[in-house]
Amino acid sequence: MTLELAANQGAVPTMPNMEESPLAIRGMTVSYGQKPVVFSVDMTIKDGSMTAIIGPNGAGKSTLLKAALGIVKPLAGHATVYGKPMAAQRARIAYVPQRASVDWDFPTRVIDVVLMGLYRELGLLRRVLQSHRDTAMACLERVGMADFADRQIGQLSGGQQQRVFLARALAQGADLYLLDEPFSGVDAATEKAIIAVLKGLREEGKTVVAVHHDLATVTEYFDRVFMINTRKIAEGSVGEAFTPENLDIAYGGRLATGQIDQLALAAR
Amino acid sequence: MLWDALTLQLGYNATLVTIGACFLGVAAGVTGTFLYLRKRALVSDAISHATLPGVGLAFILMVMLGGDGRNLPILLLGSAVSAGLGLLCVNWLTRNTRLAEDAAIGAVLSVFFGFGIVLLTVIQTMSAGRAAGLEGFLLGSTAGMLWNDAVVIAVGGAATLALVLMLRRPMGLVAFDPEFAASSGVNVARIDLSIMGLAMAVTVVGLKIVGLILIVAMLIIPPVTARFWTDRTDRVALISGLCGGAAAWIGAALSATAPALPTGPIIVLVSFAMFAISMFLAPNRGVLAAVLRHGRFQRRVHMRQGLLALAQGQPIYENYTLRLLRKAGLAHPDGVATEAGKARAAKALRDEKRWELVRADQAFESAAALYDGLREIETVLTADQIAEIDTRIGGPRGMTA
Repeated sequence: MTLELAANQGAVPTMPNMEESPLAIRGMTVSYGQKPVVFSVDMTIKDGSMTAIIGPNGAGKSTLLKAALGIVKPLAGHATVYGKPMAAQRARIAYVPQRASVDWDFPTRVIDVVLMGLYRELGLLRRVLQSHRDTAMACLERVGMADFADRQIGQLSGGQQQRVFLARALAQGADLYLLDEPFSGVDAATEKAIIAVLKGLREEGKTVVAVHHDLATVTEYFDRVFMINTRKIAEGSVGEAFTPENLDIAYGGRLATGQIDQLALAAR
Repeated sequence: MLWDALTLQLGYNATLVTIGACFLGVAAGVTGTFLYLRKRALVSDAISHATLPGVGLAFILMVMLGGDGRNLPILLLGSAVSAGLGLLCVNWLTRNTRLAEDAAIGAVLSVFFGFGIVLLTVIQTMSAGRAAGLEGFLLGSTAGMLWNDAVVIAVGGAATLALVLMLRRPMGLVAFDPEFAASSGVNVARIDLSIMGLAMAVTVVGLKIVGLILIVAMLIIPPVTARFWTDRTDRVALISGLCGGAAAWIGAALSATAPALPTGPIIVLVSFAMFAISMFLAPNRGVLAAVLRHGRFQRRVHMRQGLLALAQGQPIYENYTLRLLRKAGLAHPDGVATEAGKARAAKALRDEKRWELVRADQAFESAAALYDGLREIETVLTADQIAEIDTRIGGPRGMTA
C-alpha cells in the first residue's frame, strides 16, 4: 500500500513553483534493500535561497541529494532543475560530495582536481588551455587555496580538502550548488571561508542547498530549512520551519527539550 | 648475446616476439593504470581466467567445421567472448546479490577456469587436438609465433592503447570521484565497463605471449611501480606504459638468449625487479626515503629534547640523545652543557615560550597551525613578529634580594 501511495504522489503532474524552481523533487522514494531511506519526498527549492537540509543521522539527507542528481537510482519519483529534467540541466548544477567519499592518496594535484570541474567543457579530447588553468586558479583563489595548486591532495588537511572540493564546484560555473555536509570535520577558519563563499554565491543570485548537521549554526548560515526524517517533516523559511515542534518530530527523543528550545529561540 | 637480443639481432622469431611483447607491455601498463586507480585490479584476474573456455570452444568449433583449429584470431575471438561473459557474471553478482566483489571474482574465476581445463582435456582426446598446443595459452608460448600472430598482437595492443588514451579523462574522473562524475553527467557504469573491457582486450591480446595466468602481472605491476615515482595521474599512466614496455622488451630478449627460458614468466620477473627497485629507491614514497625521513625526524626530536633538558638543568637519560649532543659539541660526556650547548639550550627554551604565546593568540592562527614541536620559529614568523612576541615575554630580569 505504501509504495502505491508514493507512486500516486509522484504522478501528480504539476505543482506550484515547479517551473521556475532551481530544484524540484516530486514523490522521491529511495530504498537500500527493502527499507526506504527516503519516502515519497517532495521538495521545492526557492530561487536565490540558501537551504539547509537537516535531520538526524540516517534520515536520508545525503541520499535525497544523490537521488535527485541520479547518483543513486530512486525507486520512484523524479527531479527537475529549472523546470527541465535533471539530465538536460547538468551544466547548471555543481555538486560537492562528502569529503570522505574519495581516496585522498589518489595521484593527483589540487589544480587537477579543480580542473575536473571543467569536465563538461573539456570533454574527452579538448586540450587543457591556459584559460582553463586561469579559471581553476581563480576558483582556488576564491577559497583561499591558490598557494596549494601544485600540492598533492594527500598533503592537505581536512579543511583544505573541503575547500578544494568547493573550488571544483565553483569551476563548474553553475546556477545551483548542491553540497553534502560541507562543514563536517573542518576547522573554524575553513568553515568561515566556506560560508563566505556560499553567501557570495547567493548575492550573485545563485541557489545553494547544503546537507547540514550542525543545528546550532542553521539560523546564522541559512535562510531556508528542509527538515527530513525519511519523510519530509517541514520546509520553509528558517522562521517557519525551524520550530521546536518540527525539531521534536524530526529528531524524536534524540534532542533534549532544553536544546530544542534554545535552537528554536535563536531562530526567532 | 643479451645485447644481440636487446637490439633484435637474434633471429626472426625472437625479433617478432620482442616487438609484439613490447606493444603488449605498453598497452597493458597504461590500461592497468586505470584498473589500479579504480581499485579493481583483481577483476582482471577473473577476466583472464575466464578466457580459457572460450579458447577451447573456439577450437572445437573450428575442428567441427573442418578446419585445423589453430587460427589465432578466431581463438582470441572465442576467448574474448567467454571473458566478456565472465566479466558480466562478476558485475551481475556484485550488483544483484549480496556477494562482495572479491567473492564474486573468486567464484567466476574458478568456475570458468575449471570448465576451460575440462575442455582442454577433452580436446586432448580428439584426433586433431593432440598437436594443438592449447596449453600454451596458460603460460604463453612464443616458440612457434608467426608473422600474422605478431601483427594481431601489435594491432590489438595499439588499438587498445588508442582507446585508453581517448577515454583517459572520464576514466580518471570516475576512478577518483565516481559520485562527482555521475553528477556531471558521466555514465559511471559505462565507464567502469570500458575500463574492464579494455583490460579484457589486453588480456586477450596477451594470451599468446604471457598466457592467461600471468597477464594480471603485466596489468598491475607497472602501475604500482609507476605510483612510487609520481603523484600525477597522467604521469602514472605514462611511466606505467614505459615500465610495461621496457619490462616486456628486456624480458623477451632475455628469454631469447637461452632455449629453455619461458617468455611470459621472464617478463613478469623483469617487471618485478623494476617494482622492487622502485619500492626501495623511489624518492618520497620509497622505503629507503621513508626510513631516512623517519631517522631525520627522530634525530631532531632527540636533539630538541636534549637541549630543553640542558636548559632546565635536568639529567639526560637517553644515550642516543647524549651522543647526538656530544657529536654536535653541545654537551660533555657527563651530560653537562658546553658553552655552545648553553647558548643553544637557552635559545631552545626561549623558542618554547615564544611558541606558547603564538599558539595562545588568535592573531597568529595560521602560524600556530604549523606548530609541530620542532619547527624553528624563524621559519614561520617574521623578525618583527618575533620581536613583538619577545617584548611580551620580556628580557632577562635581575633578582631582587
